[in-house]
Amino acid sequence: MAGRGGRGRGRGQMTFSVEAVGIGKGELLPPSTLQPSPLFPPMEYKPVPLQTGEEVEYMLALKQELRGAMKSLPYYVKPAAPKKDVERYSDKYQTSGPIDNAIDWNPDWRRLPRELKIRVRKLRKERTTLLLPKHKQRLPVDKEEAIKKLETLEKKEEEVTSEEEGEKEEEEEGKEEEEEEYDEEEHEEETDYIMSYFDNGEEFGADSDDNMDEAIY
Amino acid sequence: MTQAEIKLCSLLLQEHFGEIVEKIGTHLIKTGSQPLRVIAKDTGMLLDQVKKALCVLIQHNLVTYQLQKRGIVEYEALCSRVLRILRYPRYIYTAKTLYSDMGELIVEELLLNGKMTMSAVVQKVADRLTETMEDGKTMDYAEVSNTFVRLADTHFIQRCPVAPEISKASAAPPPPAPTLAVNEKDMYLVPTLNLIGKGKRRRSFDDEEKSEHKAKRQKQDADSKEPPPDDGIYWQANIDRFHQYFRDQAIVSAVANRMDQTSSEIVRTMLRMSEITTSSNAPYTQPLSSNEIFRSLPAGYNIVKQILDQYLTLLADDPTHMAPAMAGQAGSLPEKYAGATSQESLSWSLSVNPGIVAGACTSSISTRPLHLWQQQRWNPSSRRELCVSCCVAAPSRFGSRCARIFRLVLRKKHLEQKQVEDFAMIPAKEAKDILYKMLSENFVSLQEIPKTPDHAPSRTFYLYTVNTLSSARMLLHRCYKSVANLIERRQYETKENKRLLEKSQRVEAILASMQATGAEEGQLQEIEEMITAPERQQLESLKRNVNKIDASENQVDETIFVLESYIESTMKKL
Repeated sequence: MAGRGGRGRGRGQMTFSVEAVGIGKGELLPPSTLQPSPLFPPMEYKPVPLQTGEEVEYMLALKQELRGAMKSLPYYVKPAAPKKDVERYSDKYQTSGPIDNAIDWNPDWRRLPRELKIRVRKLRKERTTLLLPKHKQRLPVDKEEAIKKLETLEKKEEEVTSEEEGEKEEEEEGKEEEEEEYDEEEHEEETDYIMSYFDNGEEFGADSDDNMDEAIY
Repeated sequence: MTQAEIKLCSLLLQEHFGEIVEKIGTHLIKTGSQPLRVIAKDTGMLLDQVKKALCVLIQHNLVTYQLQKRGIVEYEALCSRVLRILRYPRYIYTAKTLYSDMGELIVEELLLNGKMTMSAVVQKVADRLTETMEDGKTMDYAEVSNTFVRLADTHFIQRCPVAPEISKASAAPPPPAPTLAVNEKDMYLVPTLNLIGKGKRRRSFDDEEKSEHKAKRQKQDADSKEPPPDDGIYWQANIDRFHQYFRDQAIVSAVANRMDQTSSEIVRTMLRMSEITTSSNAPYTQPLSSNEIFRSLPAGYNIVKQILDQYLTLLADDPTHMAPAMAGQAGSLPEKYAGATSQESLSWSLSVNPGIVAGACTSSISTRPLHLWQQQRWNPSSRRELCVSCCVAAPSRFGSRCARIFRLVLRKKHLEQKQVEDFAMIPAKEAKDILYKMLSENFVSLQEIPKTPDHAPSRTFYLYTVNTLSSARMLLHRCYKSVANLIERRQYETKENKRLLEKSQRVEAILASMQATGAEEGQLQEIEEMITAPERQQLESLKRNVNKIDASENQVDETIFVLESYIESTMKKL
């Protein structure tokens, strides 16, 4: 501390001779900076102008087209649309994004790790006899939705099933288990009636005659 | 990965693939190799979303996966590959210059989709070309296939690593992730496909109903057919080859700047001859004899052999270190020439040296008057190029005088303060000022040379020097930052005027539909007037700004390429 007071006279001393670097005696140095440099410092010199020419123009157009094109490709993953305030009846008929967050495009699953495949709950629909002979095994689910239009559904089923030809057995087994789980629900959904509301009369008369207060009609 | 790189990567991913992919991609770049569940937990996103994003990233060669022990698959992002997205327009334009529209579309499809089979590419490109042709004409698959084959022959596209064959009979359960093997031999082998067909035009409204039934039937037919003959063989664009091409271009233009057109043509020929024979990372090309060069010169060039030899001598002797000639060994010449004649032959090689331009031309006694020419591959650090980029960066910040001093120090390697003032012919005060500014920005650095062992400041030399490698790195970092800034600014501008843009799009749509149904001039006028004059001006200026920003991004990317290649080749040498 004392040293600084004693030896610090004059301009700040440094380990190397300032003369050698070129700061002469008594010369004014620019003031030291006390704050971070401004966010947009004024430019002292004009920047070099941009290149122009046919090549540059073409690449510019290409760049903008590419941006636009990429936005419309299925690779552009859009975040899920925010839920509207009330569920509307028409929602069922509007084809929204891919079902259950599945992918729009079909990658070659042989090249990808198995865990990346998104299993979509498939709604079982009446399959036409045409398809049955082709697909005896319970095929794994993929990319289906409760789209009411039969044609599109049929077409999609064909797409799905034709892709699934040659799937590994294990996957099928795994999926069979899953399917067994939702079998009941699916059976329920085949009809328009909600099973729980349906009273099939088995319990009729099973009540014991405990409460004789109320007459049985 | 530096912060600037990560920021730029995330901006690029967001622009091209959306928010979800961006989050996952950025997370992977920051943290390295991770399994699926950890990614989902760390980013807080749904598992399905993560799966989707990973599929997209893997498809585009931006993320690779590896099967670790215990069946866990880990995913790793390739930051440098993400940065290449910036260069896609340049690749596509190059393909256009070399192979015209067909090549351009093929490369574009491959870049947009990551990987595709040949049949899919050919089909899509033919369809696209058919759209642009006149009514009634269609593009034949054969032509597109030809261009595809040519692209593969010159290595601009290559096969993706192959998934292992899955035999149904194997008892062992398949691994959770396939191990893709790179097949070096077949990398550019085009499968013999019999692609017969023509491009299809998108049907207009009238034909739709008729074709609906047909389409349905076709679909059923397609399903019942076997998978396409080249199923499983995917192609991708070969980025390295494009880079090699850019490097060659830069070398040629540097030579043209330094000397004249003819010498640049000669260099171009030499490079073209060794395009496929040498790998893109080799520091030197194969030695070429001057006879071969003479034969391969483009047809229109009528120069006599002697003049060619003179040019070659000039190139080899050039002191700017574009082409130091290197010693050739007599022993390297094939045996059968030994003893034919004992003429002196000079072996020349052009090499571009990263920092030092050593020009050593030696003559070795060989038996044949073979003139061997080699050329070093990489160029960006053809000092010239590096100087150019640094000198562009320096003066735009500090003025042309600064550029002069910088070039001076670069050339002379080490200079004292006084010497700088003398050589540059700039008044002392100004020179000092400039040097300090450059020092503070790390363009130049000080080198101490002590006279006495105690390093006393008064008895030490202080020399200014340019450390090219570190300056290059610093500039590169700056470039990444500037591109990120440019993209942000562009997004900001677009967001500010979003309402206006949407309005103008709607008006255009209305106009188009009205024109299609044949509206009157008056009505069209009315619709056009929906956009007021000041709004129109605003739109104009927005468009101008966005174009400017885009063009600057492209230009900065060129500088990034030069700097990156320099750093890469210098590191390889070390």
